[in-house]
Amino acid sequence: MYIYDEYDKTIVNERVDQFRDQTRRFLAGELSEDEYRPLRLMNGLYLQRYAPMLRVAIPYGLLSSNQLRMLGYIANKYDKNYGHFSTRQNIQYNWPRLETVPDILADLATVEMHAIQTSGNCIRNVTSDQFAGISVDEIEDPRPYCEIIRQWSTFHPEFSYLPRKFKIAVSGAENDRAAVQVHDIGIYIVKNEQGETGFKILVGGGLGRLPHIGVVIKKFLEKRYLLSYLESILRVYNMFGRRDNIHKARIKILVKAIGADKFAEMVEEEWSHVKETSLLLDEKEITRVKKYFAQPEYDPQANNDETFQKNLSENKAYSLWVKQNVKNHKIPGYRAVYISLKAPGNPPGDATNEQMQLVADLAEKYSFDEIRVTHDQNLVLGHVKQEDLYSVWEELKSEELATPNIGLMTDMICCPGLDFCALANAGSIPIANQINKYFDDMDYLHDIGELQIKMSGCMNACGHHHVGHIGILGVDKKGNEFYQLTLGGTAAMDATLGDRLGPAIPKSDVADSIKKILDAYVEHREDGEQFLDTYRRIGMDTFKKSVYAEQKGK
Amino acid sequence: MRVIKDNAIHEDNWVLISEPSQDDELPGGDLIVPFDYWKENQAICKQRDDKTAVCINGDNNIAELADHLDQFQLIALEFPAHKDGRCYSHARLLRDRYGYAGDIRAIGDVLRDQLFYMKRCGISSFAIREDKDFEDALKSLKDFSVTYQGASDENLPLYKTR
Ligand code: SF4
Repeated sequence: MYIYDEYDKTIVNERVDQFRDQTRRFLAGELSEDEYRPLRLMNGLYLQRYAPMLRVAIPYGLLSSNQLRMLGYIANKYDKNYGHFSTRQNIQYNWPRLETVPDILADLATVEMHAIQTSGNCIRNVTSDQFAGISVDEIEDPRPYCEIIRQWSTFHPEFSYLPRKFKIAVSGAENDRAAVQVHDIGIYIVKNEQGETGFKILVGGGLGRLPHIGVVIKKFLEKRYLLSYLESILRVYNMFGRRDNIHKARIKILVKAIGADKFAEMVEEEWSHVKETSLLLDEKEITRVKKYFAQPEYDPQANNDETFQKNLSENKAYSLWVKQNVKNHKIPGYRAVYISLKAPGNPPGDATNEQMQLVADLAEKYSFDEIRVTHDQNLVLGHVKQEDLYSVWEELKSEELATPNIGLMTDMICCPGLDFCALANAGSIPIANQINKYFDDMDYLHDIGELQIKMSGCMNACGHHHVGHIGILGVDKKGNEFYQLTLGGTAAMDATLGDRLGPAIPKSDVADSIKKILDAYVEHREDGEQFLDTYRRIGMDTFKKSVYAEQKGK
Repeated sequence: MRVIKDNAIHEDNWVLISEPSQDDELPGGDLIVPFDYWKENQAICKQRDDKTAVCINGDNNIAELADHLDQFQLIALEFPAHKDGRCYSHARLLRDRYGYAGDIRAIGDVLRDQLFYMKRCGISSFAIREDKDFEDALKSLKDFSVTYQGASDENLPLYKTR
């Protein structure tokens, strides 16, 4: 992974000093709340319902063991002993005190971490594929480009006061695990006809109030133009994005208003001026950054192990976990292990200090000292030898981190909702609990198979509900919590926004309604069909009838 | 006008006329007039004995100024609110695309914590909001000693020196 040199360290340390002084001035009354707000936001600090919330950047979801240990330590020292992994591969602390935030940032800086640009109207933390560098379907490892973009965008002087927040995701594989098409800029690494790799660029994706799937404005961009092209997009957006209405300020609204073709034309025009300037990305720099993401030294004997098969046949619980939570690795004899942060009763994505310490130790012992955070709020140990899987499983169990539910309906994405967030209309975590209690039969969950439930406590869609196979959106009906369901969404390569099922349903009926949706699925599914396939084949009507039939009869 | 320029606090003779009336003559002295006024009254501006500068806001199209830059010793960029970032792009275009070498001045809601970014975009003088401490604002120009990306102040990205 990327290691800081003196320059990176200086930048992060100077940021800590700067923010310490800004906070001091705010507390001394020299800065108004209005003046302090954008400054604290650019350090990921929100003032929430009950307490401040601090969002710490985990660039493209990659952590070392020591970094994760520090995240656990901070949870323990400054918060209530836990942190929340978000859909943007970051971690959020819900209870720090404002005065201590500069100290937290100073602690983070000791392990080459920060909270820079995790909020605010600037370029946010770049996200990526949790299987970068290890998956079989990879065209090229996206992480070096993520790091190059991270450096380019950090304190970018021209783009720190954009009309609205700006999110970039990069994926280098055939399957999209990074929800690329719902980002302001989505980047796919692709091959052209000559077999060279470059980038396909999409703009204008985003969820929130007016959800959009991104549109392609460049089919193939040569690597050396990456930064000049991004800079051109950002400049057009900075100049022409709306600033009069916060709900219409995202780039997706601009792209829609003027049309993707016109937008692409404006970018091309801008690009023609900056293409061959110092924004040209040196081959040397790409090579330099790539070195940080070189393959670890895999054991060539890893595939000779025989215990793996033996354990599988002897232990049913273990084999279920392997089936559900362990994924293939491009090197024979190695596997990628999902660590589920979705145990029943656990708020999705939350991890305690003890859990973080355990995962950090396991990563050090079994996975080249490296942990990955996924956008669906789990963790991954990227390279575990198959002979070590059994030990890893046993240790994970001790901290309730081995729930075999990855990809199943209880592996929900869930925003903090009414329990924490000042913007929420309704709770998310209580709904996750309700679903977990209602669907507590593992055999049933496995029979239902792959099903992504994603829920948000308001239109801002931090829980990506539009792209859930089943999406759940909290709405406020005369002071009561209601939930609007959508079906058929996905953020994969064939990204689609979900369709509305019908009128919002009361809080108490959410799990029950999901059961009715699943009854319809079970009744109509054909061999090998997952929920999304069946929905796409038979359409909304059957599901609608199943959920609302009785209510109409009443 | 009191400004920060060349790492020091200066008082100079520029006066901002935000709404010149169309019929009256402009007063004497070195004036900064709005872009729209300048467009319609170029002849008047040229004949003046004192200096005239133009003030651009985010809505203006900076390209319209490109052929006239050598008339101006100063171009002001107006930040109506500190979070309106359009003029950062204007500044970079003036410096990097149109090669403007005169003084670029930030006016309006100009606060300490944005100066570093402004400077990097090529803004060279800062009319800090009058209720703020100029001495204090001056310090912020040194907030960072290293920067990653090239901009109008330092053209080359950091990686070239690594
Ligand atoms: S979706 Fe709404 S309620 Fe949930 S975290 Fe985002 S802003 Fe808060």
